[in-house]
Amino acid sequence: MAPIVEVEHLAKSYGSFVAVEDVSFTVEEGEIFGILGPNGAGKTTTVECLQGLRRADGGNVQVLGHDPRHEASQLRRRIGSQLQESALPDRMKVWEALELFSSLIPQGPSWETVLEQWGLSEKRDAKFGSLSGGQQQRLFIALAVVNAPELVFLDEMTTGLDPTSRRATWGLIRQIRDNGSTVILVTHFMDEAEALCDRIAVVDDKRVVALDTSEGLIQDYAGESEVTFSTDCADLSYLLRLDEVDRLERQGRRVTVTGTGALLARVAAELVGNGIVPPDLEVKRASLEDVFLTITGEER
Amino acid sequence: MHTLVRLSWVELKLFLREPLTVMFSLALPLIILFVLGGVFGNEPSQPGEQLVYRGVGAITYYVPAYLALVVASVCVISIPTHLAGNRERGVLKRFHASSVTAAAVAGAELTVAFVVSAISGVLLLIAAQLAYDFEPADSIPGVLGVFALLVVGFAAFGIFLGAVLPTARAAQAVGMLVWFVMLFLGGAGPPPEVLTDAMRTVSDFTPLWHAVRMMHDVWLGLDAGLAWVIFGGIAVVSAGLGLRFFRWE
Repeated sequence: MAPIVEVEHLAKSYGSFVAVEDVSFTVEEGEIFGILGPNGAGKTTTVECLQGLRRADGGNVQVLGHDPRHEASQLRRRIGSQLQESALPDRMKVWEALELFSSLIPQGPSWETVLEQWGLSEKRDAKFGSLSGGQQQRLFIALAVVNAPELVFLDEMTTGLDPTSRRATWGLIRQIRDNGSTVILVTHFMDEAEALCDRIAVVDDKRVVALDTSEGLIQDYAGESEVTFSTDCADLSYLLRLDEVDRLERQGRRVTVTGTGALLARVAAELVGNGIVPPDLEVKRASLEDVFLTITGEER
Repeated sequence: MHTLVRLSWVELKLFLREPLTVMFSLALPLIILFVLGGVFGNEPSQPGEQLVYRGVGAITYYVPAYLALVVASVCVISIPTHLAGNRERGVLKRFHASSVTAAAVAGAELTVAFVVSAISGVLLLIAAQLAYDFEPADSIPGVLGVFALLVVGFAAFGIFLGAVLPTARAAQAVGMLVWFVMLFLGGAGPPPEVLTDAMRTVSDFTPLWHAVRMMHDVWLGLDAGLAWVIFGGIAVVSAGLGLRFFRWE
């Protein structure tokens, strides 16, 4: 499948301040693509260049076959955006916002349909300023998809939301994709990227430092996992002969085996083969957070 | 065009939900007119007395002047605050991402200014008609034409302030300051003849004084001097600078 977004060596400066130095990636149709990085890494500038809100200084960008530098207006009809730090007037009502934005690019479903689909019917006449953070994000998602976009940009959707609203918002993000749009999700939350994204570009210090699925990233950058269990059996040296196992530590009955790859399956098989069936066999895999800290934390 | 109509309609509703701007643009000019009218009556200056109100009665002077004032109130207090606030809060950026043009944003402000000024102007005329006896307009088409010109000019001035002032608070402070200076020194407060020379110099720099003289020209046939040219210049320069400094965020 041909990529719908191609970014090659994107660069953007504001005066002497370099916001993005060298960012390259591609996004495939139908995926949720994550751009993950600490604050100030250049994530927002990157997506704003893709949306045609800012002009890149260098590199090539193609979004849905358009160059955002020259064809921003055509492009904006085909994309949807939830922007970081944007708002609506406090006194604007939910239905007014939906009606206005659906009339700007009148090609999607009716705004009444969108209102219902995104669970805003009850808040139809509520003013924007009276909505909770989660409800505001729900409205922003509805506004982002009101023109039936092929590609949706979501920038820091869940910052400032309570845990319940965050989880609810995750559901909405999956719903956008299930409705047929490709999603580019900008976030600094590791758990969010891990839970939602098919592939993740890790951006740090104005460049892409890693790009893979979250499993791939974990495999490559934080490959070690730990298997723990309890046993009275004294001799476990046969475990050390497994390729996957690096170390074995004991603390009383508690055994911790550290290694890489399919560690759990190998260790479990070996134990069972030697007549040990521990009831508390557990694995602790590295999370994307560990990867993130490995990649971005070295020089700090 | 479609976008402009939609945006204007929403902006108009938002305007009417904002108590402060509604107060300043609809109620305050009316209240001040009645206070000044109550104090000064409508007797023109007699020969031998100091000439005030350009030789006409106070009410006859103030009614056309306040038609200009309501336009200034709408455009100088509410437009800059609204525009700067929308930029500060990311509303403009949101619009930009959905293909709204700068022309549509400015056009919507102009349309709202027109509608609200017209409502306010009609209210003022009805109230004045009911309460006072004053000279009717020389030329009604002339008054309507000047009123439209004033809306365009003051809206351009308001959009310029909204474009250059960074925050809603700054815009409100500057808008209020400009409005009060115009109210007291721009021909809508004390009669221009009693101002000191220094005050009159300030007065010459306020767009309102020129707007008042344009209105007096078509209403009473009083000499407008260079008012038309100066007001036109302020409008054109404001529009140019407004476009030049307009930012989405």
